[in-house]
Amino acid sequence: MKSESSKERIVQRAARELKNGFYVNLGIGMPTLVANYTPEGMEVVLQSENGLLGIGPFPYEGEEEPDLINAGKQTITEAPGASYFSSADSFAMIRGGHVDLTILGAMEVDEAGNLANWMIPGKMVKGMGGAMDLVAGAKRVVVTMQHCSKDGASKVLKKCTLPLTGKKVVHRVITDLAVMDVTPDGLLLLETAEGVSVEDVKKATEAKLAVNDAKVGTY
Amino acid sequence: MDKSVKTAKAALEKAKIRDGMTLMVGGFGLCGIPENLIAALRDSRMKNLTVISNNAGVDNFGLGLLLQTRQIKKMVSTYVGENATFEKQFLDGSLQLEFVPQGTFAERIRAGGAGIPAFYTPAGVGTVIAEGKETRVFNGKEYVMERGLRADLALIKAYRGDKAGNLVYRKTARNFNPMMATATDFTIAEVEHLVEIGQIDPDNVHTPGIYVDLILKGEKYEKRIEQRTNRPKSGARA
Repeated sequence: MKSESSKERIVQRAARELKNGFYVNLGIGMPTLVANYTPEGMEVVLQSENGLLGIGPFPYEGEEEPDLINAGKQTITEAPGASYFSSADSFAMIRGGHVDLTILGAMEVDEAGNLANWMIPGKMVKGMGGAMDLVAGAKRVVVTMQHCSKDGASKVLKKCTLPLTGKKVVHRVITDLAVMDVTPDGLLLLETAEGVSVEDVKKATEAKLAVNDAKVGTY
Repeated sequence: MDKSVKTAKAALEKAKIRDGMTLMVGGFGLCGIPENLIAALRDSRMKNLTVISNNAGVDNFGLGLLLQTRQIKKMVSTYVGENATFEKQFLDGSLQLEFVPQGTFAERIRAGGAGIPAFYTPAGVGTVIAEGKETRVFNGKEYVMERGLRADLALIKAYRGDKAGNLVYRKTARNFNPMMATATDFTIAEVEHLVEIGQIDPDNVHTPGIYVDLILKGEKYEKRIEQRTNRPKSGARA
């Protein structure tokens, strides 16, 4: 299935954003899967904003604990050296710039680094949860998303049309087609997905996209 | 100082619950929610309640029970997904809703309990959340002013507590409970294990008894799991 493999590609590429010794918060959904691709031997501590530093793997059947869940309300386990704290402490950690990296999903992102991922006017809004605090507080914000919507419209825009989650907060965008950095001059293309040309990415991108052809890698 | 009370019903009566009250209710999803106090609140039939809680439960558990009986007039929350009753009442206009970013939500409650009327946060700057609010630039970065939050009554859940109201939480069931205990005129804590004064090591107390007005041992706990997620037995990494 195309959507499955493109999701896999995004997640695997996003895992390369992890660095040894990082404290990382992974958003609900696709970003959560990034943990599965932590390179062997690398030490990364996962933060769960509902009050845990040191998320372990999902529990075996029969070993679930109602008192131990992640921010997506899934049952989890604690990693060795984990710690628990209140939501106020958790967001002090996030807002205070102690979390090295957060990876979250997006509905839209734009060339100024604005992010929209919580609300579609006219539809039932479920809430922003901790996303606004995470993007405002984490040292580095990486967004994972499909480059275009199901009807082919670019979601990498000149200017977000949906209500924002954060203003000028995104550092890097990883899609099924490309990896792009937000720079003061707009987006810079860093890598294209295997089998995707620079032209393909340009066509799928509404935002201003700078390309240094000699330096575009693949993933 | 013995603050213990036998039942959740008796606790709510002592707290003089009434229609139109504003309550803080602990928990994240269904984790760390005061199940017994919520059930007693439903049975009390008090209505027009404003409830400050991170989520709104699920259709037939947690705060969802109070939505079914239409006792809640307004929710102040950060995320309310996975609740059809909520969605229906919100869309037909019978339920009001105020969204607060989760870190701001936690800090507003903490501030409310700590005598801080307002504070500045970077969360929500440049979004609809900041509309109509005072903003200010510190060290070249913009912040939005948010107000401390208080309520009439807090219903919270801890794992263990003594009769003086000292509380110990367990794992991620701590979440918003400690701040909510501090930010109301009256706080009722329910616990799974109620012990005598002196049986909790003072070094291990998470919420000191000063914040707790009444404490009870919950009659029964379902502790429902919202998203049961497992890894395969083979030991493959989850």
